[in-house]
Amino acid sequence: MNPHAHALPEVTLPRSFRLLRILVGAGVVMMLWRFLAGLGATTALNDGYPWGLWIAFDVVTGTALACGGYAIAILVYVLNKGEYHPLVRPALVTSALGYTLAGLAIVLDVGRYWNLYKVLYVWRWNLNSVLLEVALCIMAYVVVLWIELSPAFLERWRRSPRRALRWISQKGDPLLQRALIWIIALGILLPTMHQSSLGSLLLIATHKLHPLWHTPLLPLLFLISCIAMGYAVVVFESALSSHLFHRRVEKRMLASLSSVMVGVLLVYLLVRFVDVAVRGQLGAAFRFDGYSVLFLVEVALFLAPALMLLSRRARTRSGSLFRAAMLMMLAGAWYRFDVYLIAFNPGRGWIYFPSVPELVISMSIVALEILGYVAIVRRFPILGGLASATGER
Amino acid sequence: MTMNRRALLKGLGAVGVATATGGRAAVARSRRPVAEDAVGMLYDATRCIGCKTCMVACRRANHLPYEKPGHPWDDPVDLSGRTKTVIQRYRGREGQSYMKRQCLHCLDPACVSVCMIGAMHKSEGGIVAYDPDRCIGCRYCQVACPFNVPRFQWDSPTPKIVKCEMCRHLLARGRLPACCEVCPTGAVQFGKRKALLAEAKRRIARHPDRYVHKIYGESDAGGTQVLYLSSVPFEKLGLPHLGTESVPRLSETVQHGIYKGFIVPAALYVLIGAAVRRHHRQRSVDERKEET
Repeated sequence: MNPHAHALPEVTLPRSFRLLRILVGAGVVMMLWRFLAGLGATTALNDGYPWGLWIAFDVVTGTALACGGYAIAILVYVLNKGEYHPLVRPALVTSALGYTLAGLAIVLDVGRYWNLYKVLYVWRWNLNSVLLEVALCIMAYVVVLWIELSPAFLERWRRSPRRALRWISQKGDPLLQRALIWIIALGILLPTMHQSSLGSLLLIATHKLHPLWHTPLLPLLFLISCIAMGYAVVVFESALSSHLFHRRVEKRMLASLSSVMVGVLLVYLLVRFVDVAVRGQLGAAFRFDGYSVLFLVEVALFLAPALMLLSRRARTRSGSLFRAAMLMMLAGAWYRFDVYLIAFNPGRGWIYFPSVPELVISMSIVALEILGYVAIVRRFPILGGLASATGER
Repeated sequence: MTMNRRALLKGLGAVGVATATGGRAAVARSRRPVAEDAVGMLYDATRCIGCKTCMVACRRANHLPYEKPGHPWDDPVDLSGRTKTVIQRYRGREGQSYMKRQCLHCLDPACVSVCMIGAMHKSEGGIVAYDPDRCIGCRYCQVACPFNVPRFQWDSPTPKIVKCEMCRHLLARGRLPACCEVCPTGAVQFGKRKALLAEAKRRIARHPDRYVHKIYGESDAGGTQVLYLSSVPFEKLGLPHLGTESVPRLSETVQHGIYKGFIVPAALYVLIGAAVRRHHRQRSVDERKEET
């Protein structure tokens, strides 16, 4: 599939990576504590804010940031922009890791995790439940992502000294070749479904979510913004790889990708603005109270990267490209935090601010993601197509 | 099983509506009819003397621990993972009143609509019941409930959701819900919803000066099976203005609009698959050309 990609075992990691490992260790300790002592002892969650940082950040924002694989797949496989093909594998790695770890966060967050498998009891499915659809879709998509990524593993294992791995590679490859098209299609369908449904989840909170955010278009807004976030993560990730692995960034590819990003952003802003106007909430948007400021900052965060990348010069400068991508990711995260926590008001008397264990666990999951990315990229043929510039520094 | 029956009933209901409206397809999800056998409670705040006997009886009947173990007296001020009903007092410009907080047993409950595998379900008599065996502890019911009724056992490593189930274990043995059984003034009464609604209307008609001219729950949030009478505006007592539309209506309409019988995702899948296949073929042809 991608004959130019190769593993990078020779790369040495910066010392700061030790910090990530310490963070993961601390996270594991906190997780054990959570299982032994329960959610009340370890989190700031309460009956008014039953969903906190782990849902808003690790699951909802985390999977949206893991939409790189999805966003690139739309470009390459649906819109037939084959030139972006080298971006597929690295994007898939971030997606597979992001979704898998979101799954971990769900296990941590639900109170009765030993009942989780019962979601598969088809005869009990409540098809009115948006969360059921999200849960099933995410479970399926985690599997799909690892299958999509498996050619990279099989390629490596073809020359493995271990016979078992060679055997898996031999048997797996033809199977995969036959099924890959439909797996790829599934890899586009499933995120379309559950990323929009992550917005639909809050439709039920008619009386709790502020009208600036509560709209029947929640699914559409979540879908468009996750695609924009997906592209941003691809840009971010390639800048990071170029730094870590001393590789030259494929500037032309990223520049044209960022023009796609601008388009997605403008569509999002248009939908958001028209929706607020049609629902007669423009007054609330410019009242300059807490919610209004929250909303305006959110819109500004979406607008800023779009404006930055409008100029062709900015698109080709990796610095401004990187900054725009960061802003874009922040904008999507901000929107999701607004919907799930900040603009969510269950009534008087309830407050929520994440506890130390919640924060540590969330950070440790991010750390685990970065470590996992580096580990996979070093061992398997993921990065490629870019001219290697090893030893330039 | 209950789910199947409900789905069937819903389907039949939809067909009924469709024929009644002369074949015009109902765009939004149709309103659920009130079941004939729906039971309920009537809480008349003007009759409540705030003795909290109901709270004690509820705790005993449902084997709930004390709110603050180790304290010389039990004094819950709100619903919690240990308390399914609580009497609160309001004092303000509109006078004073007691208020009994508990699950309102909505006719079309948001918690049931969102629950993944039916841990929250409509049980006999329309009681909103909870089955911990099917509960994953996702707490979506808490997000969904406009009254913040379902509570979670935060302090337990094996937590459950806690909410009033109208003492269905007592009803099954021919007894009354504990709170209704012990209330010395008849401020909270158990009965068929229809009969309670008629009784509430009678009381307002007989003492128009004593009551706010509204029965909370008659149509609020699509109607609830626990009904309230009061002399003080209901929003002062913590029963918000929710409109007459049932809470799950919007989300179910949007969700089923998108996923109409799963046709849309299936069609989308085929379309994406076809596109991927075409472009995939093209690319391998191009690659072969390059190689030769």
